[in-house]
Amino acid sequence: MVLVLALGDLHVPHRAADLPPKFKSMLVPGKIQHIICTGNLCIKEIHDYLKTICPDLHIVRGEFDEDARYPDTKTLTIGQFKLGLCHGHQVIPWGDLDSLAMLQRQLDVDILVTGHTHQFTAYKHEGGVVINPGSATGACSSINQDVNPSFVLMDIDGLRVVVYVYELIDGEVKVDKIDFKKASTSTSAP
Amino acid sequence: MIADDDEKWLAAATAAVKQNAFYMQRAIDSNNLKDALKFSAQMLGELRTSKLSPHKYYELYIRASDELRSLEMFFRDETARGCSIAELYELVQHAGNILPRLYLLCTIGSVYIKSKDVAAKDILKDLVEMCRAVQHPLRGLFLRSYLAQVTRDKLPSIGSELEGDTETHMDALEFVLQNFTEMNKLWVRMQHQGPTREKEKREKERNELRDLVGKNLHILGQLEGVDLVVYRDTVLPRILEQVVNCKDELAQCYLMDCIIQVFPDDFHLQTLDVLLGACPQLQPSVDIKTVLSGLMERLSNYAASSVEALPNFLQVDAFSKLNHAIGKVVEAQVDLPASSSVTLYLFLLKFTLHVHSDRLDYVDQVLGSCVSQLSATGKLCDDKASKQIVAFLSAPLEKFNDVVTILKLTNYPRVMEYLDHDTNKAMAIIIIQSILKNDTRIATADEVDALFELIKGLIKDFDGLTDNDEIDEEDFQEEQNSVARLVHFLYNDDPEEMPKIIFRIRKHILTGGPKRLPLTIPPLVFSALKLIRRMRGGDENPFGDDTSTPQKILQLLTETVEVLADASASELALRLYLQCAQAANDCELETVAYEFFTKAYLLYEEEISDSKAQVTALRLIIGTLQRMRVFNVENRDILTHKATGYSAKLLKKPDQCRAVYECAHLYWAEEGENLKDGERVVLCLKRAQKIADAVQKMANASRGASSTGSVSLYVELLNKYLYFLEKGNPQVTGETIQSLAELIRSETKKAESGAGTFITSTLRYMEFQRQQEDGGMSEKYQKIKMEWFE
Repeated sequence: MVLVLALGDLHVPHRAADLPPKFKSMLVPGKIQHIICTGNLCIKEIHDYLKTICPDLHIVRGEFDEDARYPDTKTLTIGQFKLGLCHGHQVIPWGDLDSLAMLQRQLDVDILVTGHTHQFTAYKHEGGVVINPGSATGACSSINQDVNPSFVLMDIDGLRVVVYVYELIDGEVKVDKIDFKKASTSTSAP
Repeated sequence: MIADDDEKWLAAATAAVKQNAFYMQRAIDSNNLKDALKFSAQMLGELRTSKLSPHKYYELYIRASDELRSLEMFFRDETARGCSIAELYELVQHAGNILPRLYLLCTIGSVYIKSKDVAAKDILKDLVEMCRAVQHPLRGLFLRSYLAQVTRDKLPSIGSELEGDTETHMDALEFVLQNFTEMNKLWVRMQHQGPTREKEKREKERNELRDLVGKNLHILGQLEGVDLVVYRDTVLPRILEQVVNCKDELAQCYLMDCIIQVFPDDFHLQTLDVLLGACPQLQPSVDIKTVLSGLMERLSNYAASSVEALPNFLQVDAFSKLNHAIGKVVEAQVDLPASSSVTLYLFLLKFTLHVHSDRLDYVDQVLGSCVSQLSATGKLCDDKASKQIVAFLSAPLEKFNDVVTILKLTNYPRVMEYLDHDTNKAMAIIIIQSILKNDTRIATADEVDALFELIKGLIKDFDGLTDNDEIDEEDFQEEQNSVARLVHFLYNDDPEEMPKIIFRIRKHILTGGPKRLPLTIPPLVFSALKLIRRMRGGDENPFGDDTSTPQKILQLLTETVEVLADASASELALRLYLQCAQAANDCELETVAYEFFTKAYLLYEEEISDSKAQVTALRLIIGTLQRMRVFNVENRDILTHKATGYSAKLLKKPDQCRAVYECAHLYWAEEGENLKDGERVVLCLKRAQKIADAVQKMANASRGASSTGSVSLYVELLNKYLYFLEKGNPQVTGETIQSLAELIRSETKKAESGAGTFITSTLRYMEFQRQQEDGGMSEKYQKIKMEWFE
């Protein structure tokens, strides 16, 4: 059982002052093995904060990130899964599922984690699974007006990944979960 | 060595005491009065020594007074057996030396009182007067201490069985007061004994003895009949008289504190002016602030623990008395360092916050008094004083946890004026932290103004000077990021008030200068965009204020982002222009949206020269433009044409290729048939392919070097064709796709392409789509004839 925290689009301090206190109290150091971040932190303080939750931190560059050295895309392997990470402002049209599928084919990953729309999504297509953890601070977006703060926790266990999505709705944290399984270890197709 | 001698003498004296006590006890056991008296006198003779330090003398005294207890019991038994007390009283006075004589007298005196044969008052008076005979400070102090100790349970005090009438109470009172006065005189006299160079040693010794004197006050506190009236009319004035007149710093300091600790708080409340009135009369070297702070702390706790007492505070006007007293002290002690006077005000402030937390005017008064005091000294360079002021200013913050309340204190910013620059900024950060931590909302434009006045040390450069090298870059960023976070708490749901808030924030932030603007303008812009979107969502108010239309606010934003562009934050400015354009789009403001795009394009052309930055900026332009719906055909064409032009002119060919094929999306939007231009889409893709061809040519020529990139480009293009095929673009034919696929195949045969997995997954996808059961998709895919599958 490997826990992977996926979050992004915090936009601190441009669009939000900080993560919601209820989220902060849940994100306790030492419980999570990896963090993958879709970008747009935007400042070093957030980077440092994420590092305290888990030292294995992977970040890709959002268009407002202060640190220009984050890469545009990143791939990594966790257990049996290959994960791809990309903020998403590079994929046109923004939020378009077919364009994202193309990126996924190009990166050759089972799970593509992407952001930019500030809208949580998790769906399966021919090439694998696309997950968008939304905005962890509920920052506003030009694409999506009605943003609830959200983040995703993936539990990777063998060929199965359970995706837990945590959303802050009207002051309460609501959790939902989705199961994905991959067929075998050899190809990246489900 | 002196210390060793001390030990030696004590040992010798103790041995003598023990020995005499032994014989005395033997005499007592055999009812031998004469011998008992003889040996007890001898024993007490050891206390006549001058050789011991106060500490050692105390040990001796304890031993001796312990032994006297059995003597006292013996006396009692004797009188019970019929011996006349008066006779005994007479008898003990035959002791040779005065000190033992007096100790014995006190002992028998206490038995005498208990017998009630003579009025207690007479005996007490007798004893307290006779002790005058011993004027040696150390010996006198212990003697009188013994007197107090041995008479204690014979006085009508709280909990004792001795009741009495008022007269008895007053007699007891008089006795204790007198004993106290004499003891204090002796104690003070110790200060002047011996050479000046041993002053410190003497003070240390005196300190060891202070509780002997203080004990009397404790006894007073326990006496029956010492109610408020008696305390106010007799006890306090007498004590204070002695305290003031003794003119001794050590005594004054200790005794004032004693008074405050011993007597009940409501007594202090009711005699506040008397107590405070004594303060200016004390020696200048007395640490008044400790005394006053002790008093204020006790009163604060009193208020905190008993709600019924609170009206009393108002009734006696405790606040103004304390305020006034502090003013007088500060006035009188000209050399008082700033940190000390601030500390005094700090305690007064804490008192006020505890006792009168609903009276903001009182709090403001204290701040005002502090300002007057500081205006005499000018701006502080003193670290200690600065720390105290920060504590002073933080106290109301911590008490109220609501910066909005703080904003109502007119004197608060005036106190801040006296901080040096760094401390001022530190205080501003503390204020911001309070807002962030307590989720405080600042909801009116005027409150925004007041707040920015408090934090102005962070907002702009100090007095026209720039900070330059003095400030650490990281610290500066953190500071400004705090200000940025703050913006999100300056918020009001009211669509009339919020634009005013935006305008005010902008006014303040723009004074920040080029270093600050890139950090502070973005949150302002986003806050304004949020407002605009909400306005759009709400009802249209045709009679609304002119300043509060989305258009006006967007106009404001244009001017604001321009400032950023001038501050050489071009990439950021471009991004903000695009964000504004999207907002304008959502408000159906075509001209405004076009204006923003123009500005963004101009920035791109003139300011963004780094190739990597250009790639990202262009991608953002294309992505934003792709979502615009507000433009008419002409405008859309112009902007799209420009974007495609920029794409073709990027430095690196692979970047060109990608940007150009992304432009294809500009000609195809899902909503609205008139936004779908199939031909132009294909033109774009073909143009991109030409660029990819050029890349491939270069790669083939320089065999091996970066040849992987180009085949990937073809595969990307293939995927794009498939995208538009699926969307139903009639211009995307099976043949186009086929030929591209063949091209890929032949290129990969020539050399290692590195795009292997991409090709595989694309082909797999194509096959998957072909097999789709819903006819539409597979129909499209059937058009592609691909006999080969790897």
